[in-house]
Amino acid sequence: MATTTAPLDTRSPAKLKTVRIEIKRQASPDAEPRWEKFDLPLRTGMNAISAMMEIAANPVTADGRETTPIAYDANCLEEVCGSCAMRINGKARMACSALIDKVQENGVVRLEPLSKMPVVRDLSVDRSVLFENLKRVKAWVPLDGSYDLGSGPRITPQQQEEAYPLSRCISCTICMEVCPQFNEETGFVGAATIAQAKLFNEHPTGRVLKEERLHALMGDGGIQECGYAQNCVNACPKMLPLTKAISDVSRDVMIQAVKDVFTR
Amino acid sequence: MAAAAAKIIVVGGGLAGLSAVIKIAEAGGSVDLFSIVPVKRSHSVCAQGGINAAKNLKGEGDTTAAHFDDTIYGGDFLANQTPVKGMCEAAPAIIDLLDRMGVPFNRTPEGLLDFRRFGGTLYHRTAFAGATTGQQLLYALDEQVRRYESEGKVTKYEGWEFLSAVLDGAGVCRGICAMNLRDMSVRVFDADAIILATGGNGAIFGKSTNSVVCTGSAQSALYQQGAYYANGEFIQVHPTCIPGEDKLRLMSESARGEGGRVWVPRKLNDPRAPKSIPEADRWYFLEEWYPKYGNLVPRDVATRAIHKVVYEHELGIDGQPMVYLDLTHIDRATLNRKLEGILEIYEKFVGDDPRDVPMKIFPGMHYTMGGLWVDFNQMTNIPGVFAAGEAEYNYHGANRLGANSLLSCIYGGFQAGPNALRYAKGLTSAPANGYGASECKRQEEINGRLLSSSGTENPFKLWRELGEVMTKNVTVIRYNKALADTDEKIVELLERFRNINLSDKSQWANTSFAFTRQLYNMLQLGRVVTQGAQLRDESRGAHYKPDFPDRDDERFLKTTKASFAPDADEPRFTMEAVDTQYIPPRPRRYDAVK
Ligand SMILES: Cc1cc2nc3c(=O)[nH]c(=O)nc-3n(C[C@H](O)[C@H](O)[C@H](O)COP(=O)(O)OP(=O)(O)OC[C@H]3O[C@@H](n4cnc5c(N)ncnc54)[C@H](O)[C@@H]3O)c2cc1C
Ligand code: FES
Repeated sequence: MATTTAPLDTRSPAKLKTVRIEIKRQASPDAEPRWEKFDLPLRTGMNAISAMMEIAANPVTADGRETTPIAYDANCLEEVCGSCAMRINGKARMACSALIDKVQENGVVRLEPLSKMPVVRDLSVDRSVLFENLKRVKAWVPLDGSYDLGSGPRITPQQQEEAYPLSRCISCTICMEVCPQFNEETGFVGAATIAQAKLFNEHPTGRVLKEERLHALMGDGGIQECGYAQNCVNACPKMLPLTKAISDVSRDVMIQAVKDVFTR
Repeated sequence: MAAAAAKIIVVGGGLAGLSAVIKIAEAGGSVDLFSIVPVKRSHSVCAQGGINAAKNLKGEGDTTAAHFDDTIYGGDFLANQTPVKGMCEAAPAIIDLLDRMGVPFNRTPEGLLDFRRFGGTLYHRTAFAGATTGQQLLYALDEQVRRYESEGKVTKYEGWEFLSAVLDGAGVCRGICAMNLRDMSVRVFDADAIILATGGNGAIFGKSTNSVVCTGSAQSALYQQGAYYANGEFIQVHPTCIPGEDKLRLMSESARGEGGRVWVPRKLNDPRAPKSIPEADRWYFLEEWYPKYGNLVPRDVATRAIHKVVYEHELGIDGQPMVYLDLTHIDRATLNRKLEGILEIYEKFVGDDPRDVPMKIFPGMHYTMGGLWVDFNQMTNIPGVFAAGEAEYNYHGANRLGANSLLSCIYGGFQAGPNALRYAKGLTSAPANGYGASECKRQEEINGRLLSSSGTENPFKLWRELGEVMTKNVTVIRYNKALADTDEKIVELLERFRNINLSDKSQWANTSFAFTRQLYNMLQLGRVVTQGAQLRDESRGAHYKPDFPDRDDERFLKTTKASFAPDADEPRFTMEAVDTQYIPPRPRRYDAVK
């Protein structure tokens, strides 16, 4: 339990007994953000989500004030549903795989919401823009129907190995958070959407919509906004080959633009 | 009235819900899809291993009949055989469809689907996409639904929670009552039929391998409205999970397959680092108790043994419910070549390298075999309420086989969708008796009471207590005395629930308030699970009572059906005969060829 602001424990992480969690809180989308601090006993295996579960069971700040449980998004707790992206000690990452003793700096872990998505409350943000972008590039295989039409196209193991990593995108939006070009001014769609466009453009059936996808990625907010900062590929928790996807799709968009000149 | 454009509500956007949506949208029905989380973030993404179908692409002579037999046998003959037969026969075409949707299944050199072996069968019957099959299947269905959404055939309500069904005066379902998880408003949505596909109920056990929203709350709400809940006592516990502060993460069976050994220090609280404990001071209890199979005994046997060591011999590591799963005697190169993927999970979430230190593991609640009772058309006993996926009970009997769940979710959704449409087309118009408004009022009153509560009980602490007692007494080894104590404990928790303290009383994105509502439903459903286990004086599949170690077909080859008695505020039970018309029950043993 918390006492008054105790001196921070700055011993080596292995010997830390408590950890200080600082959380940027915001009651609603238009409310002023404020910081709250919590001191928690450090337990082995504790991660950013279990720390917040701990707070929910005992919502008292480090200076002994009663407060409310933290609002955050999480579901799978094994880094596959993409819900829990946030900024942890300044770095955008998944909270469920953020082990406290690994991410703490001098015994402190600071949790903030992603900065580029609208805050719903506390650490919970609205990332529906990504799902809208996926509609824009028609990120699906256009089936004739769900009835039995026999087996799918043959696909070589090599094709599968190309597609599989792209298909592991968890829609966490970290690639958009860390991208200098992803902002209101550019309206850039972001790396995740471009990677999905590539995935479906290369599928034997999905490619029938390739031209439409490439057109959707032309012009303002399209692939041309990418400044090749490469932040996305470094931050992606699932290590998607994002820069390769961007350069491949970029090339296809350029070729398509040239084709358009002759066919329109 | 309903004939023109039938309106169906699907609750839940995991594999089962999305499958139903696709069939309805394709047939021209209009669908509202409700989900607590954005559907792409549903629990189905957690599935790793694969999905079963007897495609027989390996020249083994596999057949859908063999798949059917394995499933019935694995489920210890408790599953109704007609729906299981239908599922196994439909499986190959379902895999083809998923393949056409673009699921990146692993391939053979010829470009055909590759299949692996899984528990409970001798055939290569499991199609897989790397180690993330569930994620890949869910995405494929999600993409098809997004396409229908962009064509205006599906409306998504993500961030909405189902609270209850709206029943008219005659007990016929006319829609749902749902809560917006941002502004916490409660609203009624009309529909001609609804499909519940809300997943399993791991959260009743506190920590499990399930996702956070798998609370069983929706099923429980419906049960309290009069739906039967079937075979609640059948809960699958996976022997090797990584205990975490927040959840139990699955550690694949392949670790033992590659030579992993399970042990505990012979002395409680042995202060030495595990690697410096000499062989003589280690207890390899599986190898000692089962010299023939050693660490590779079947799942339920391994699970029971670990449980016994921890709770009866009280020899868990550091007094905690954990034992070692040790790979450190195997050289690094071999481990990296064969097990890298799963070892990375351990490293990422525990922070230790299992090549250097033994892993700490413990059995964990994994799968809900029981669920809402449905007929062979996936309809519950409430007219107009259908159910599919892990939320219902139809396909797995007393024990689910690996890789059969993803299949049952998709197949169940594919059945529920068209059946709900058919039902809706024959539905007579709703009476105008204000039932919708009164259901809405009932829910708002519940909310009002909770938000004005001024008690002292923290809901998260009550939940912890529920999870602890359920895990201890109602998972692996069950004694009637302990079950009775557990039910009594839940009654106490329900009592204390009246004295709840909601520290957050705000009306915006109030997640602890939503959780507290769910907790009440978890407590009610916990009693169904516990009392169901108490009544079943036999051992069958995942249900094991040392005092009744044998299967008793005469008394218990029956489906347990619980119904809620509102006045007594507790479950009542009846038993229903099981459909065994195709495969006569025979003893289930895995120590011999069946
Ligand atoms: C770690 C792990 C590995 C697994 N591996 C395999 C495997 O290899 N093969 C296999 O066959 N099976 C596997 N399973 C089992 C399988 O993943 C699940 O049984 C299956 O995904 C359940 O799908 P579902 O559609 O029924 O529900 P879920 O995917 O759980 O979806 C439930 C949906 O309901 C929504 N919901 C819940 N409550 C409400 C409410 N009150 N209001 C509105 N919406 C609500 C949720 O938001 C969600 O969209 C595994 C399970 C786990 C835990
Ligand atoms: S909770 Fe699913 S990715 Fe963290």
